[in-house]
Formats: sequence, C-alpha cells, structure tokens
Amino acid sequence: MTTTLVPRPVRVDRPSSGSFLGPVADIWAMARRNLVHISREPMQLSDVTIQPVLFTFLFVFIFGGAIPIPGGGSYKDYLLAGILALNLVTSVMGTAVGLSTDLHEGMIDRFRALPIWRPSVLIGRSAADFMTSCLCALIVGLTGLVVGWRSDASGLAILAGFLLVLFFAYSLTWIAQCVGLNAKSPESAASFGFIVLFPLAFVSNAMVPTAHMPGWMQAIADWNPVSAVCAAVRDLWNNPNPSKVINAWPMQHPVEASLIWTVVIIAVAAPMASYFFNKRCTD
Amino acid sequence: MDTDLMIQAEGLQKRYGDTHALAGVSFDVPAGTILGLLGPNGAGKTTAVRILTTLATPDAGSATVAGIDVVKHPNEVRRHIGVAAQDATLDGLLTGRQNLTLVGELCDMGRGAAKARAAELLEQFELTYAADRVLKGYSGGMRRRLDLAASLMTRPPVLFLDEPTTGLDPTSRQRVWDAIRVLLDEGVTVLLTTQYLEEADELAHRIVVVNHGLVVADGTPMELKEASKSARVEVTLAAPSPAAVPAIAALVAGQVQMSEDGRQLSAGVDSSPGLATTLVRALDAAGVLVDNIEIRQPSLDDVFFSLTGDHIEEDVTGDDGVDGDDGGGGGGRGPSGVDPSPDGSGRAAELEGANA
Repeated sequence: MTTTLVPRPVRVDRPSSGSFLGPVADIWAMARRNLVHISREPMQLSDVTIQPVLFTFLFVFIFGGAIPIPGGGSYKDYLLAGILALNLVTSVMGTAVGLSTDLHEGMIDRFRALPIWRPSVLIGRSAADFMTSCLCALIVGLTGLVVGWRSDASGLAILAGFLLVLFFAYSLTWIAQCVGLNAKSPESAASFGFIVLFPLAFVSNAMVPTAHMPGWMQAIADWNPVSAVCAAVRDLWNNPNPSKVINAWPMQHPVEASLIWTVVIIAVAAPMASYFFNKRCTD
Repeated sequence: MDTDLMIQAEGLQKRYGDTHALAGVSFDVPAGTILGLLGPNGAGKTTAVRILTTLATPDAGSATVAGIDVVKHPNEVRRHIGVAAQDATLDGLLTGRQNLTLVGELCDMGRGAAKARAAELLEQFELTYAADRVLKGYSGGMRRRLDLAASLMTRPPVLFLDEPTTGLDPTSRQRVWDAIRVLLDEGVTVLLTTQYLEEADELAHRIVVVNHGLVVADGTPMELKEASKSARVEVTLAAPSPAAVPAIAALVAGQVQMSEDGRQLSAGVDSSPGLATTLVRALDAAGVLVDNIEIRQPSLDDVFFSLTGDHIEEDVTGDDGVDGDDGGGGGGRGPSGVDPSPDGSGRAAELEGANA
C-alpha cells in the first residue's frame, strides 16, 4: 500500500497580534528612531537650536535698528513671530533629507519587509519632526525673552500663537515628505530647502513689513501662507502687526487664513506623500 | 513531512525596462532545508528574493511562502519571514541593540520581549561587546552578523539571506556559515543567494543555478556535478604501455588522451561507485603498472561553465583571492572534494578541451 507523496505548500500560521494599537506602536517606534538620530548627530539639530538664537540676535541687533515698523512698535516685538516662523519653516528641510537618506540607504526596504503599518514610516517621521519643532519653538521663545521680546496677551493666546506656527510647520513636513520621496539623492532633497523654503520664509512679512517691497513682490508676500501665520501670531500675542492695514483677505483674517492653509496643505500633501511612497515602493 | 514546501515559486517573471530580470523562474524549497540560489551578478537572484519577500511584485507567475501567496497577502507573508539582504540595511545611526529592538517592536513583539530577544541574539552572534555601539563603527562581518540577528528577531520559520557573506574575510564568512548551520538544526527553512560556489556547496541541500533570469540547473550539489559529466580520471603509469588505452577505453566516456611520453592518460568519466577500483583492476589485468590514479570531481564553477558557457563572475576585488584560498583550505566535503586549485583558468581550458 503506497501513497504517492505530492509536494505541497505547507501552511504555517503565526497569529498576528491584531491589536488596534499596532499602528500606534509602529508610529511611536518610528518616531523614536528619528529622535535617536537627532541625539546621535547634534549638528543635525543645530537648525532648531543654534540657528534660532543666531537669527534672533542677528535681526534684533544688526538689522533691527534700521527697520521701522509702520504704525509704530518695537521691532523686537514684531520680529519674534517671524523668527519663529522662519526657523520652523526652514527646519522642515530635515524631513526631506532624512526620508531621502532612508530610501537611498535601504532602510525603507528593511521596513517594507516587516509586517508594519506602512503609513507609520511617514507619520512617524512627521511626528518626530513635530517634536523637534516644539523644542525649536521653546528655544525661540526663551531667546526672545532674553533679547527683550514681551507680550501682554493671555497665556492661552500666547500658547495658541505657538501652536498655530507648529501646526503650520507640521503641514509643511508633508510637502517635504513628497520632496524626499521624489528626490534623486539626499543632496538634491537638501536643495529643496534653499529653492523653496528660504524664499517661502523670506518673501513674507516674517522679518520685515511688506510695505517697502516692489508691488508684485508685495502681492506674493501678502498671499504667502507664512505671512498669514506671522500676522496671526502677532495678533494673538498683541505684538505690532502692520499687515492689519493691508487690503488682502489673508491679512484681514490671518488666523482663519493660517488654519485654512494648514488644513489644505495636509489634506493635499499627506495623500500625495502616501501615493508617492507606494509608487516609490512598487517594484 | 519531507514533502512540505515552505517556499514555492512558479514561473516568476519580472522585467525592468528592457531587461528580463526573471524570465520564468520556478523552484521549491522543502521545509527545513537550505536552497542555494547561485548565479553571477545580475542573474536575477536578488529579484527573485525581492519578489518572495514582498518587496517586488512579479509581472507573471506566482509564489507562496509558508503557504501564503506573496502577491495576495504580502503582510501575512512578512510575519513569517526574516530577511537579511544587502539592499535592505539596518540603521547606521542606531546601536546594534537599538536596531534589533526596533525591528522587534515593529513586529509587534512588545518592548520588553524585543529587548530580551535582542540581548539573546547579540549573545548568540558574539556581538554583546559591541551592542551599545553605533552601527557605523561596525566592521563588515559584525554588520552582517547583526543583519542575520535582525532577521531572526521573531524566530521566523523562513529566512531569506541575500548574499550573506559577500565581501567578508574568510573568518567572518566561516562564522556566518556556522550561524546558518545552527539555524538549520532549529528547523528553519533558508533561501540563500550567493555568487560563491563553496558557499552553496558547503551549506545548501539543493542548488538552483540561475543565469540571465532563467534556471539553468536544479539539483543537489552532487547531482549537479555529475550532471555536468566533467569528472575526469587521470592515470600515471609506471611505464608507457600499448595495452593501457584499450584496457580502460570501455570504462570511460569519450576518448582517452595520452601524454607525449605515454605515461599520462586522461579521460572524461561518468562518476560511479568504485570507479577507481574498476579502472585499476582493468589496467592490472592488462599487465599495466599504475603509479597514480586520480578522479577529479568537477567544481561548481566547472558545472556553471558547462551549463552557461560562463564562469561565475566574482567581484574583481582582491579579497576574492582570499576567498579562493579559503575555499581550498576549508572546503573538501566528502568524496566530492572541492578542487582546491585557485587557478580556475587552468580548469577552464581543460574543460574547453574536453567539450571540443
């Protein structure tokens, strides 16, 4: 009595944890990894630690005296919202470079072969960058106090101002993810910072009032989301906000404009990043 | 039990632009065995591994790992496999321990369990002393061992090792080999890709040779060597004798070649048990005195050459010379005995002569 043994695939069952916490745990693990990176290379963090201090001193003590604020007020009080926005906006470059590096070094392939919740790769990175942004905001606030920035707004309004910029910067990390996913190399991802983020931060009312810019540039600056964010924070902090007199909708309703920009950017860029991620990882 | 297939690939095709990375590749890996996927750079080994580990989708064909379809249920497959591949690195800025823990956590092991398992693997792979060093400072061998450790975090039943020893010095290579043998004892199924003949010969139960996206041979190391029919017998006579050639002509494959002094005979032979004895007896019966007789099994390079007309391409760096020496010194398993001669070229010329 012989039976022919036909080779057949063996089915092995390993139960999945199936926990709804799985995705949260994955995001947290990814975020922690990115935070360890920063602790490992403190220079990576210089753009959110040293740069804010440097910029604050530069602008307050070097340019500050030469910049009059239309409608009066102290340049220091005017500047702080702008310094905050400038630092948080430009630090988003790190998101693009980090993601591009992961792709090029094969880290993403390693993650893809693991049973993870895929979006955690991107969300974890954005979350980590949000945390470093919070650190940056704290440093900007303290440096401001040292150089003489003051606000007579309520604690809640001051907090709201910080949160408004932080959420805006968070939305930009999703654009940075799109850039990082499409960059040919980490170096070209870095150029995104200079080509997009610096103009975005400077062609605005962040550092100087827009009144003295050429007309065409003024129009761009007044509709630049960074201007809306800065104006909104100045309003919330009761700091000088000369943009109030500018007849452009975002300058008249800066808080609403900032929130709309933030939500729209996330709503568009996050799905796009997810799409680029899947595309990049389809092979 | 021995009919259970842990990995099954059928007609896998994958095209990148104009190149057919895989042009219809099929193979099976029974549970608890090691399959060596052997071939030169660009043969399609890595593409096959990428498909089986869910990193790439095939244009045609199908595959199952642990009985699960890799295209239909990739995340299920990922829970059953460990991958150590050259193009899927660990994090250079984390320590060895942090890397292993991260992998464990991402596999939903829980932080405590992941840490415990990481410590255990670091010990097993003799990396405890470097556990809290940043990976950037690891040597190639240490990094590869950590790669292997990372692939074992969840004790997966199936392992994919993509060129686990490429670029390693002989000692590190030996340690990786030892580690792989230990896994086998634990019942793990392994698919190993390699460009190194000795590696496939040393470790694999079965070898699939791929070239230009196609399987050109499939069998045990022994079967492949026999299939190539390039085993040769070399006889040295005490003195030239006209009776020698007729005495063995019927026992060998093809023509018997004689050296100019008439003392050296050589011929292709089909391996069979007791072949040397048979030959010596035949010569003895004809009154011919034999000083020396040697039956040389073909090396896998000979096999590869006879199958593809190409030698296995090895990377052109200096450490391949070292590898060759290592294969000679450490190789030689059972009667097949990997030829230790480092001069692949000499054997190639001989083989060409035999084929002509």
